[in-house]
Amino acid sequence: MSFLGYTVLPRTQTSALALLAVPLVTIVLSIVTMVIMFSLLGADPGVVLYSFFIEPLASSYNLGELLIKASPLILIAQGLAIGFRARVWNIGAEGQLIIGAICASLLPIFWPDSQSAWMLPGMILIGALAGMAWAGIAAYLKASFNASEIIVTLMLTEIAKQVLYYLLTGPLRDPSGYNFPQSVMFPDAGLYPTFGGDGVRANLSVLITLVVTVGCWIFVTRSFAAFRLMVGGVASDAARYAGFSQRRAIWMSLLIGGAAAGLAGVGEIAGPIGKLQPILSPGYGYAAIIVAFLGGLHPVGIFFAGLFMALVYVGGDIALVSAGVPASAPVVFQGLLLIFYLASYFFVRHEVRRVPQATGLRGAA
Amino acid sequence: MMDALIFVLAGAFATATPLLFAALGELVVEKSGVLNLSVEGMMALSAAIAFMATLQSGSHLVGFVAGAASGALLSAVFAVLVLGFMANQVAAGLAVGILGLGLSALFGRAFEGATLMGLNKVAIPLLSDIPVLGRILFTQDIVVYGGIAATGLVAWFLYRTKAGLTLRVIGENPDTAHALGMRPVGVRFLAILFGGAMAGLAGAYASTVLTPLWSQDMIAGRGWIAVALVVFGTWRPGRVAVGAYLFGAVSLLGLALQAMGIGIPAQFMTCLPYVLTIVVLVAISADKVRVRLNAPAALGESYRPAS
Repeated sequence: MSFLGYTVLPRTQTSALALLAVPLVTIVLSIVTMVIMFSLLGADPGVVLYSFFIEPLASSYNLGELLIKASPLILIAQGLAIGFRARVWNIGAEGQLIIGAICASLLPIFWPDSQSAWMLPGMILIGALAGMAWAGIAAYLKASFNASEIIVTLMLTEIAKQVLYYLLTGPLRDPSGYNFPQSVMFPDAGLYPTFGGDGVRANLSVLITLVVTVGCWIFVTRSFAAFRLMVGGVASDAARYAGFSQRRAIWMSLLIGGAAAGLAGVGEIAGPIGKLQPILSPGYGYAAIIVAFLGGLHPVGIFFAGLFMALVYVGGDIALVSAGVPASAPVVFQGLLLIFYLASYFFVRHEVRRVPQATGLRGAA
Repeated sequence: MMDALIFVLAGAFATATPLLFAALGELVVEKSGVLNLSVEGMMALSAAIAFMATLQSGSHLVGFVAGAASGALLSAVFAVLVLGFMANQVAAGLAVGILGLGLSALFGRAFEGATLMGLNKVAIPLLSDIPVLGRILFTQDIVVYGGIAATGLVAWFLYRTKAGLTLRVIGENPDTAHALGMRPVGVRFLAILFGGAMAGLAGAYASTVLTPLWSQDMIAGRGWIAVALVVFGTWRPGRVAVGAYLFGAVSLLGLALQAMGIGIPAQFMTCLPYVLTIVVLVAISADKVRVRLNAPAALGESYRPAS
């Protein structure tokens, strides 16, 4: 397979340089593509770039927005990445987020007058457990019946959405809410405390995400359990030979991913939203998959990838107003990011070499 | 009551048609060993493009051609990723799907609220005069009949032609196929394009015939149902078609029950296809022999051409 005197060969070792270069190349290619696209649509590229990448960082309000959007993305991606490393494909984090939010919301909805300090810890615990349980369905069906977790988690997400709609049109609807499909507003005891100054919405979820990130970093780099998971993903035969249980890897991957997504769901309802409503997340569950990949499935990489993805969300909102960029721009950008990432990742595993000529000279990669 | 029933059953065929087209396309893709999860995005994009094309040209034919072309074009991006760059199929499908959803909102927003004329029903002479059945089966628009024909054609292609056999061999074991002189990459590329074009027709039907108006989230999970249908139908075209009509009837039944004031929540009916798919998946996956009989063995695995 050669082209114009060049050929593509698999690398014997993955290139560390390529591994670092991939996210950067991805980001640059995506930005260039987007700028070209919006120039064609008649937006001023300078204004678009400024709105997307500078303005979100320019005020404490915007920085707060950046943090509360980065927080669920990073949280979910950390959980998913542990599974992805073991090649367990939980792509239903969106559904696990929804179920986590629903179950956690029961506390403030049924005790709207409570001022108990136990309300928040209770919501956090219930949310994480509920996300876990929802993902656990997929784990059970995969571990016991070999049913593809890809399809099951996807289907469970669609089911979760319907469960939410059903509850909001009936049992959990605010009785004095003019029939709008939403719950009562949560009491202060059911809301994350905010920080960063007046009107800034950054809240406790940011702290939780930081703790989880550090926890994941320790887990991934220091624990034998994470090593077993990774070996199972890279070389399943070797893992089986070493006696690492595939069943356990499935359970662990999905439960951790579900817990993280459930926790992110609590962060949404106890954070900026403050109640249960039909739309709980602008697709964080799917965007987190992109964050996980873009971050190289590594806790530190995911942290920065999540911040970048949040920048795209916040910047998209700003560019909507300032540059007239359509509301769907962040979604297009997300798609481009993952596409360019997957394409450029090829060069981590492969190198381009000049086909050896008759002179025997070999060009560098 | 009888009229309501006839309404549901007749409408089920139209409701099922986009599901059927998309699922038949995905079926062929999966039979070649590739899992393309971007169906939702392809349908959304082509729904927008087909709506625009039909509105501008006044011709549904132009709309359907534009829809198929845009679906195929988007699926070509997926094909380049998974075949050229050997990317993970799940991730590539999601990426292209997200791009499709974004682009569809981008192109479609100028047409929010515009409406089109649907397609006329074609009553098949004589057959449509049969009481009850005539109104259900033989008074449909031409695309519904096209869906039935497409089911037959896909089944014929997969099980009665040499090209279909080649495609299935590649889906079972691309390395063996390559050793036998077949071309896995080329065949998979064509299969993916076909899947994209079919998802494109599905999107076009959804936005220009079934509900001839454009709104942003109009595909509303139907792409995922199409993916589910392939599993539900255990990778057989006939069963996929039966499943599509079943799911179509179920979703309409939800509406009809609601209209009659019967107390089954609409959300419960909407869930049913997803729940049934999980049940079927569990039933066929538990037994290794049944998996071998149904699912393509190389589904979801990257193929590295031997050089």
